[in-house]
Formats: sequence, structure tokens, C-alpha cells
Amino acid sequence: MKTFKPAIKNLLLIAYLDLKESIRANWFIIYSLVFGGLIALFFIAGITESQVMGFSGLSRLLLMYIQVTIIILPIFILITTVRSISGDRDSHILEYMLSFPISLGQYYWGKVLGRFITVFLPVFMAMALAIVYGVFKGAEVPWEIFFLYTGLLFSMSSAFLGIAFFISSLVKSSEMALGISFFVWIFLLAFIDIALISLMLQNRINETLIISIALLNPMEIFRVSAISLFDPELTVMGPVAFYILDTIKQSTFVLISILYPLMIGILFAFFGFRIFIKKDLV
Amino acid sequence: MITTKNLSKKFGKTLSLDSVSIELNKGDAIALMGANGAGKTTLIRLIMGYYHPSAGSVLINGHNPIKNRIEILHSVSFVPQLPPPIKLSLAELISYISHSSNVEEKLIYHYANEMKFDITPNLHKSFFKLSGGMKQKFLIAISLAKESQIIIYDEPTANLDPKARDDFYRLLSTDTSQKLSLFVTHRIEEVKDIVNRQIYMDLGKVVTDERY
Ligand SMILES: Nc1ncnc2c1ncn2[C@@H]1O[C@H](COP(=O)(O)OP(=O)(O)OP(=O)(O)O)[C@@H](O)[C@H]1O
Ligand SMILES: [Mg+2]
Repeated sequence: MKTFKPAIKNLLLIAYLDLKESIRANWFIIYSLVFGGLIALFFIAGITESQVMGFSGLSRLLLMYIQVTIIILPIFILITTVRSISGDRDSHILEYMLSFPISLGQYYWGKVLGRFITVFLPVFMAMALAIVYGVFKGAEVPWEIFFLYTGLLFSMSSAFLGIAFFISSLVKSSEMALGISFFVWIFLLAFIDIALISLMLQNRINETLIISIALLNPMEIFRVSAISLFDPELTVMGPVAFYILDTIKQSTFVLISILYPLMIGILFAFFGFRIFIKKDLV
Repeated sequence: MITTKNLSKKFGKTLSLDSVSIELNKGDAIALMGANGAGKTTLIRLIMGYYHPSAGSVLINGHNPIKNRIEILHSVSFVPQLPPPIKLSLAELISYISHSSNVEEKLIYHYANEMKFDITPNLHKSFFKLSGGMKQKFLIAISLAKESQIIIYDEPTANLDPKARDDFYRLLSTDTSQKLSLFVTHRIEEVKDIVNRQIYMDLGKVVTDERY
């Protein structure tokens, strides 16, 4: 245990430096502006004023925010993070930074931690800002939704960060890494759904199986979970909802929708680390 | 201090290092020479533990540089062939080095002064915005401040003006008996006075190895 303290200290040092580097970078400014701007736009558009289907204004705003975020957050995380290891390898920054007595684990996990904070904080802060502004305007705060969405954003960030680090240590060049991340995003966003719908139309495979496969996709499980508070019977999922809610409670489903992507993120990040230490560093 | 046995490294089909067995000892000041592509940088990267050998082994003070990287890198200073485009500011880089390697910040300033590089006005600049020569001076200052047993320089003077080269060699010539220094260079006349061993490489092999 003698080495435990310096190990953590080094890891935090790497995370801190990565954080500072990111905050200065243009992508981070754009990233923060997009999510902050989204919230501002919703307020300006008067979404909170409308009283549709009995939702309070603020819950409606949060729902719209999360729906947009589910689509753009993954690609943002992928393209900004996927170059962190591969880019440093390409430009020989790794070669120099790792000529100091820092373990590969401290370096890698420090980078993961630093990046996690940079990608998670802006999306979370934008949402928190909406709450603060809403309270200021006298709206009722939907705490349940706020906590659920915080959990969803947290696990969504982890999932795609893990995948990004995996790609980053796997590929040889950062150009390649960028290409692969676009593919992963499009694949999860649309291809799986399209493929499954066409299977469903052909009626070859049983519907329950198709929906189960669809829910293995973290993006899909986020979508369903995000509306589950508005639609506790999960009617959007059709008859399969009965099957799911028969098997598990709605709260359990929400819990799974947070824990499962978190697991995916951790697993991918871990595999990325295994590859990182097995490969040449330059 | 550094021992390689039948050390080889292949990239795809090209054999960049071909079964090199050498021993580098305390007190050696080595000029490592050879044509472009001879395998000098490859050898250094294997010593630093960046590459996994395709065959053979490399040991530093009896340790494997990949498995025991922390122990080994505490006693190694390294300046790469080209200064990398690090985006951290000098202040951040200094803090990274002093925390990870227990180097006194004052010493980095001291050696930078000796190299005629003034850190203070550049402290909050990104490292990659320095001029080529300033980058090299700064990296050299760090490597000296680390006070390592083993110093490895891959053509560190490429961007330095003649005056800075003199400063560099003057700083290196103090107390070399307890150290091992390895310089990659294409200009033997420059280092003739401070080295006591010359190793020539060609096509991934050590061709000659002379001590004097
Ligand atoms: N990462 C790599 N991938 C593929 N080939 C490589 C890699 N690194 C080096 N090589 C090849 O290995 C050979 C030796 O390269 P190395 O960089 O060791 O030469 P060098 O002696 O340092 O040359 P120079 O004086 O130009 O710096 C070259 O043919 C080079 O193309
Ligand atoms: Mg070279």
C-alpha cells in the first residue's frame, strides 16, 4: 500500500492537466456553448410556458433537452475524446510525457477521469442552469426527472467515453479513430433500428426478441428510459412493454437503464487499457 | 547499467533493429552514430520501454524497462529527437515534472538560465508556441534538473545555435564518471571532447564499437 498515495496523486495530476488543457481548447468552448445555448433557446422559444398534456413547463423542457442530448452527446464525446490517446501517440507527446516515472495506469485512467469531467460537467451544468432559471421564474421543479436525467447523462457520458478510449487505444492513427467514431455513432443511432424494423416487418423474428436486442443498444435504452417517467406504462414500446413490466418493475427498468450503459463504459475503458499497455507507445 | 541481448525490433516486414547485443556501463559517454534509418531511435525507444522487443531482451540496472518502468524512469533523463507539440503551458509542464519525478522546480530554472533560456516571461505560454531552439533548451534544462544516472539524448542540438551548443556541452562535461550518457549525433567533431566511446550502427546492427 506504500505506493497507493503517489499513484492516486499522479492520476489526479494527469486528470487535472488534461482538464486544464481541454478547458483552453476550442472544442470545449463550442461544446459548452451548444448545450448552454440549447437551454437558452428552449426558454426563449417559450417551451416552459406551454401546458401540454399536463406536464409542467420545466419537465417538458428537460424532456426536450435530454432527447436532443441523447443524439448529439455521443458524437461530441466520441470526436473530442477519440483522439486523446491516439493523437498523443501520433504527435509523439506520449513519448515525452511517458519518459517520466508515471505508470501507464496512472496516465490512462487520469486521462479518462479528466475527460469525464470535461464532457459531463457542461451537459449537467446546462441542465442545472435550467432548473435555477426555472425556480427564478417561479416554476415547479420536477426533482424526480432532474435526478433521473442526471443519472442518465452520467451513464451516457461514461458509456461513450469508454467506447472512445477503447477506439483511441485500438487504432494506429487519429484519422482512423475519427472515422470509426462516426461509424459507431451512426450505427447506434440508426442502423440497428432500421435493421430491426425491417426484420419486424418481415415478421420473421418474434417481437420480444427484437425489442430486447434493441435495448442492448445504450442509445435506445436511454431514449426509452428518458420518457419512462412521463409514460410509466412504456406505451411507446407497444405490447412488449407489458412483457417488460411483467418481468421487472418500472423502477428496476430505470435502474438498469443507468447501470447497464455505465457497465459498458467501464468495460470498454478497461479493454482499451489492456490494449494500451500491450501495444508500442510510439 | 544497460544490457541488450540479441535485441530485435520488426515493423511489419522491415527489421529496424537486428539482434543487437551491447553493454553500456557507468562512466560511459557514448556517441551513437549511423546513417538515417540505421536504427538509433529504435534502439533508444526499446531502452526506454516504449517498444515491445520482437526478440531478445533489454535490461536497465537489471530491470525490464516495460515491467518496471517507474523504477527505471526515476533514473533516466530523455530528450527526444523532435520536441513534441505539447499543449501544456511551461508552468504546467514544470508542475507535471516536479510532481511525477521529484524534481525541484528551482533546478529547472537554474539549468534553463545556464542554457540562456528565460522561463519566467514564457511561463504561461503553451510549450508548442516556443521557437524550436527554445523548446530544446527547455527540455535539456529539465533533463539536467532531473539529475539522473542515465541520460539519453536523441540529437538534442539539432535546433541550437552555436552558442547554445557550447553551453550544452559545457553543462554536460561536469562529473561524468558516475553517469551513463548516450548521445545520438551526426556530428562527431561536436561531441569528440566529451565522449569516450563511439558506436556506429547501420541497417539495424552495431557495426563498430570503439572505446578510448
Ligand atoms: N514506428 C515505426 N513503424 C514502422 N517503421 C519504423 C518505425 N520506427 C522506425 N521505423 C523504421 O525503422 C528504421 C530505423 O528507424 P530509426 O528511427 O531507428 O532510424 P534512426 O537511426 O534514428 O535514423 P535518423 O538518423 O534519421 O533519426 C527505418 O527504416 C524506419 O523507417
Ligand atoms: Mg532517429
